[in-house]
Amino acid sequence: MIPELGHFALIVALAIALVQGTLPFLGAAKKIPGLVAVARPAAQGQFVFVAIAFGCLAWAFYSNDFSVLNVATNSNSRLPAPYRIAATWGSHEGSLLLWVMMLSLWMLAVSVFSRSLPQEMLARILGVMGLIAVGFLSFMLFTSNPFERLLPAAADGRDLNPLLQDPGMVFHPPMLYMGYVGFSVAFAFAIAALIDGRLDATWARWSRPWTTAAWVFLTIGIALGSFWAYYELGWGGWWFWDPVENASFMPWLIGTALIHSLAVTEKRGAFKSWTVLLAIVAFSLSLLGTFLVRSGVLTSVHAFATDPKRGVFILGFLALVVGGSLALYAWRASKVSPGGMFELLSRESMLLANSVLLIVACAAVLLGTLYPLFLDALGMGKISVGPPYFESVFAPLMAPAILLAGIGPLVAWRKGDGTEVLRRLRWTAIIVLAAALFVPLLFGRWALLTSFGLLLAFWILGGALTALIVRLRSRTGITSAFAGMLLAHAGIGVFVIGVTLVKSYETERDIRMQPGDTAGLGGYSFRFDGVREVSGPNYAAARGTITVLRDGQTVAQLAPEKRVYLVQRNPMTEAAIDAGISRDVYVALGEAVGNDAWTVRVHIKPFIRWIWIGCLMMAFGGVLAASDRRYRIAARRQDDASGADASVMRSGAA
Amino acid sequence: MMPLAPTHPSCEAAQRETASRLTRFLLPIGIFIVLVGFLAVGLNLNPREVPSPLVGKPAPAFELPLLHQPDKRFVPSDMRGKVWLLNVWASWCASCRDEHPLLVELSRNGVLPILGLNYKDKDEDAQRWLKKFGDPYQLSVVDADGRIGIDYGVYGVPETYLIDAEGVIRFKQIGPVTSELLQQKILPLAKALQK
Repeated sequence: MIPELGHFALIVALAIALVQGTLPFLGAAKKIPGLVAVARPAAQGQFVFVAIAFGCLAWAFYSNDFSVLNVATNSNSRLPAPYRIAATWGSHEGSLLLWVMMLSLWMLAVSVFSRSLPQEMLARILGVMGLIAVGFLSFMLFTSNPFERLLPAAADGRDLNPLLQDPGMVFHPPMLYMGYVGFSVAFAFAIAALIDGRLDATWARWSRPWTTAAWVFLTIGIALGSFWAYYELGWGGWWFWDPVENASFMPWLIGTALIHSLAVTEKRGAFKSWTVLLAIVAFSLSLLGTFLVRSGVLTSVHAFATDPKRGVFILGFLALVVGGSLALYAWRASKVSPGGMFELLSRESMLLANSVLLIVACAAVLLGTLYPLFLDALGMGKISVGPPYFESVFAPLMAPAILLAGIGPLVAWRKGDGTEVLRRLRWTAIIVLAAALFVPLLFGRWALLTSFGLLLAFWILGGALTALIVRLRSRTGITSAFAGMLLAHAGIGVFVIGVTLVKSYETERDIRMQPGDTAGLGGYSFRFDGVREVSGPNYAAARGTITVLRDGQTVAQLAPEKRVYLVQRNPMTEAAIDAGISRDVYVALGEAVGNDAWTVRVHIKPFIRWIWIGCLMMAFGGVLAASDRRYRIAARRQDDASGADASVMRSGAA
Repeated sequence: MMPLAPTHPSCEAAQRETASRLTRFLLPIGIFIVLVGFLAVGLNLNPREVPSPLVGKPAPAFELPLLHQPDKRFVPSDMRGKVWLLNVWASWCASCRDEHPLLVELSRNGVLPILGLNYKDKDEDAQRWLKKFGDPYQLSVVDADGRIGIDYGVYGVPETYLIDAEGVIRFKQIGPVTSELLQQKILPLAKALQK
C-alpha cells in the first residue's frame, strides 16, 4: 500500500509540475495576476508530494519491504538501519528520486525566501524549475519507477553494494545533488531574466546568494566524495579523474566562474551576457553529468546499470533544455547592451581572465572525459584518458588563475593603480618567494615543482592576508561577503599546500609480513601482530593488527580489515588510518599469502588532511558570502520598490 | 516589456554589426549541437566492448591432438576454404554449460562447422562432459597446458572465434555466446563471409 501511495504522489507531483511549468508563464506574458499567483502554491504543493513519495520509498527500505523491486535489489534485512535509509538513493531509480527531492526543496526555498522578487519574475523562475521537474518526474515515471513491485516478494534482498555501505553514502550523495540541482536556481533566474529582458545588476544581486549556496553544497559534496574514496577504496588516492568525478567537477569549475562573474555584474553592470551564459552552462553540465552517469556511454566506477531507453530519454531532455536555453540566449543576449567600461588593469579584467581560465580548464576536463567517446564514435579506436592527461593540462591552467586570485582583491574596480598594487604586494611577494624556496628543504628534498606549488599556495594566502590588512587600515569595515571571499581564497591556498606536499613527499610500501615482523617507512616502523577473524552485522572479516611505532614509542594501533559481505560475496578492503594534521599513516591489508603471512600496504601521506580542510574553508567562505547583510537589506528595500514597479507595469499594459 | 537594447539607426554598418554579434552568440548552441551528436552516437556504442587485437589477423597456427582420436592431429589450415567457429571450452567451466545448448542446436542445422578447443582440461572429464551434454563439435582439439590459449589471447573460458575461408579471425566473443549475439552478429557475419 505504501509504495502505491508513493507512486501516486509522484503522479500528482507531475501534474502539479505541469501546471507550474505552464500557467505562470502564460500569466506573466499576458499579465494575468491570477495565473502568476499559481507559481508559489504549485511549487510548495509539489514539494509536499515529492516529499511524500520520498518518504514512502525510504519507509519501504527501512521496513524491508522486499515486494518492492528496488528494495529487493538494493537492500537486505541484515543491512544496518542507517544504510537501509541511504540505500534509498543507492540505485538509479532512488537517486533520481533524490534528485527530484532536492529540486523541489530548492523550489520551496525560492518560493519562501523570494518574497521581494517581482511577482512576474518569481512566476517565470518557478515556471522554469517546474519544467525541469516535469522532465525528471516523467523520466522517473516512464522509464525508472522506483516503486515497481516484485511479485511474489523476495524472501530477502540482494543487498546494497558493499562499496556503498559507509557513512559516506549517507552524506555524500545528498550534498552533491543539493549542489548539482542548486544550479537550477541560477539557471532559472537566468532564463527568467532572458525572457523578461531584464538582465541587470538587480538580477545579479538576486541570483548571487542562490548561486553561492549551491556552490557551497557542491564543494562539500565533492570534498566528501574525495574523502570517502580516500579511506574506502583502499588505494590511498583522493582524486582519480574518473568520468563521474569529472562530471561533478565541471559544474563546480563553471559555478566558480559564475560566482565571480555575478560579482562583476552586480557591482559594475558588466559581463551581463557572459554571466547568463555561465549560469546556463553550469546547469547544463549538471544535466550532462546526469546523462553520463546513467546512459552507460562511459565506463566508470559510479555508473548505474544501464538501459538504452533511459539514455535516449535523458539525451532528448538535455537537448531540449540546453538547446532551448542556448537558442534563447542567442536570440536575447545578443541584444543586451554591453555594460560598463574598464581598463586593462582592473578588478573586472582580472575576474574576466579568471573566468576564462576556469572555462578553459573545464573544457579541458570535458574533452578528456569525452575523448574516448569521440574517437569511438568516429570509428578511430578505443582509448582511455587517464590522470597524466588531466594533471598535465589542468595544473598549468590553474596556476595563472591562482596567481591572479592573489592579486585580484587588491585591484580597484574599473581602473586599478598598478604602482599602488605593486607597493602593497612587494613585501608579500618577497616573503612568499623566500618561503616557497625554503620550505621544501625542511622535508629534506628540494624540487622545482614542489617549490612552485608552494609558491602558488603562499601567494594566494599572502594576497588574502594583505587585502585583509589593507582593508583593516582603511577602516571601511569588513563585510561578511569580503571575509567570505578571503576565507575561500585562503582555502584554495591550504588545498594547494596539501596537494603539493602529498604529491611530493608521499611514500608507500607493499610488504609481506608474518606475525611479529617489523617494517619501516618514513621514520615510522610497523609491527604486524597478526590477523583474526571477526564478524560484522552483514559481513565476515579478517582484521589485522598493526602497531605503528616511532622512536620506540607506540604512535597508534591500526586495525585494517578485509571484509567479505555475506550476500554479494565480494571482498572489500577497509583501510585503517592514523590521521594527523601533518601526516596520515594509512594501512591496508592485501592478500593472505600462506603461513599466517599477509601482504600489507602502508602509506605515509604528508599534509593530506589540508586538501579537505581547504575545501571546507572554501565552503565556509561561501556560507559567509551568501549570508551577507546586503542581500537581506536589498531584499527588504526591493520589497517596497517592487510593489511600485509591478503597479507601473500593470498600468502600462492596460 | 522593457526594450532590450537601445535601438540603432538602421544603417548598414549597424546591421552588419548586429549580424556578427548574433553569430557570436550562436556559437554556444553550435558547440552544443555537435556535442549532442556525439553523445547520440555514443549511446549506441559499448565502452566495455574491448576489441581483440586478433580480429582481422590470421588465426595463430597450431598442431594439436584430437580429443576423441589422440593419435590424429589437427592444424587450422585443414579448414581452409570454410567459414568456421572455434569455441574454447572446458568441462570445469560453468558458463560453458550455459552456452552449450545453443551450440548443440547450431551444429544440428549445420550452417557453420564448430570446432572445439578443449582448454586446460582432463581428457576423460571432457569426454564425459560431451557425452552428458551433447557434442556440437565437428572435432575437438586438446590444449591441455593452455599453450595455444596464450597465442589466441584467451582471457577466460568460454571464448569463441569466427574464422573465415582465408583463415583470418573476423570476430571474437569473450564469455558465453548468447542467442541474441548469434542471431544478430555471428550468423549474419558468417553468411556474408560464406558468399
